[in-house]
Amino acid sequence: MSAPRMYKTEAVILRQRRLGEADRILCIYTPAYGKMDVKARGVRKTTSRMSGHLQPLTRCMLQLAQGHVSDVVAGCETLESFQPLRENLDRLSRGLYAAELIDRFAPERMHSFPTYRLFVETLRRLAEAEDLDQTLRFFEMRLLDQCGFRPELEACSGCGSRLEAVDNSFAPISGGVVCHVCAGGIAEARVLSLNGLKVLRLLQHGSYNDAMRVRIEGPLAREVETHLRSFIVSVLERDVNAAAFIERLRREGARHAVEA
Amino acid sequence: MNESTPATAAPLARLIDELYKLPGIGPKSAQRLAYYLLRMPAEEARALASAIVEVKERVTFCSICQNVTEVDPCRICMDGERDRSIICVVEEPLDILAIERTQSYRGMHHVLHGAISPIDGIGPEDLKVSELLQRLRSGEVREIILATNPNLEGEATAMYLTRLLRPLGVLITRLARGLPVGGDLEYADDLTLKRALEGRQEIES
Repeated sequence: MSAPRMYKTEAVILRQRRLGEADRILCIYTPAYGKMDVKARGVRKTTSRMSGHLQPLTRCMLQLAQGHVSDVVAGCETLESFQPLRENLDRLSRGLYAAELIDRFAPERMHSFPTYRLFVETLRRLAEAEDLDQTLRFFEMRLLDQCGFRPELEACSGCGSRLEAVDNSFAPISGGVVCHVCAGGIAEARVLSLNGLKVLRLLQHGSYNDAMRVRIEGPLAREVETHLRSFIVSVLERDVNAAAFIERLRREGARHAVEA
Repeated sequence: MNESTPATAAPLARLIDELYKLPGIGPKSAQRLAYYLLRMPAEEARALASAIVEVKERVTFCSICQNVTEVDPCRICMDGERDRSIICVVEEPLDILAIERTQSYRGMHHVLHGAISPIDGIGPEDLKVSELLQRLRSGEVREIILATNPNLEGEATAMYLTRLLRPLGVLITRLARGLPVGGDLEYADDLTLKRALEGRQEIES
């Protein structure tokens, strides 16, 4: 979509990096123009009136002026700041993980209304939810679906045969679940328990409320997380940076709990 | 970046390549700078080159506060009149200059050399956090002032340090919100920064 010389758009700030003396390049995600880099001038100065509105994980209304290389922020106003995300490190780390996934999956300058809505709803949920990781799993599955990487969970992604109600295997390289026979020929295939498969199907077919009604904890939650993460890494062909930080917080949290 | 072409002498192409590695320098800027250096008087070029070499050879990190220094420990850490029971934790060495400009703080400093940014793959292990923990083992420190930038990365770093340091029993304070959200500490005017230091508050759990 071509934009007029000055235009307004709603956006969520995904990330930012420094530019020159006092500017920043913002990576923003918009419903109508998709992901794009814009320049925000002078926002690193304490006198900037815009800087508070342009923090990552803020939903804002932007006025943009077309530039030669990247568009420039001419005005902005916060619509939603997701305050609980900023006050709790566990919520913040999950919010940043979601933002990184959007950054990696979303193509530049391509409209994406459903994915934008999913992202904003996920930030709202992360600001309130009790089970942050289950909220993230739902987001991951929906995002894969909307971006055209829906994992195959109904039939063997190797031979197409119907899956039996037993432990199977999950092989991201094949596109989803594989049966016993096919798993033998795939080095990366990892065991997927029957309950793990049920949870993945629930995340794929159920609504958010359906998914949150079931309490998924302990080894089952880790199993689902591991399989979904491996699928995402396989699609992206790279690790997700924020995942390492979440893992560290989890590890340190467990250590503090033991010490206490 | 640059292949040595008949139009570009090999040493010039090498200089362009080296300049291109600097942050914020694109290919065109690298070429412009290289041609500017080429036209520069020889003494000025030599002075620039020796300044670069000298900074790499003589400037090091203070083994106590991690600030850049010519002597180790740095002058601030060696100053016997400073209050060793308070450590002000900042992201970058430039933030120390900004705080020292206020002349309102007589405690010690600690430079993290960055802020936590999970999305960019920068975690606590990339910062000078273990060095800070090491300093606290002496038992001399009774207050930590978290003076990270008032933006998302700075807040994430402050929250992480609070979680890490609270069990150690030291008082943890954060600069007051006299500073606008999203700015960089190095740009703060002296009065604002002075008020922020005066109004620091303990972080509620």
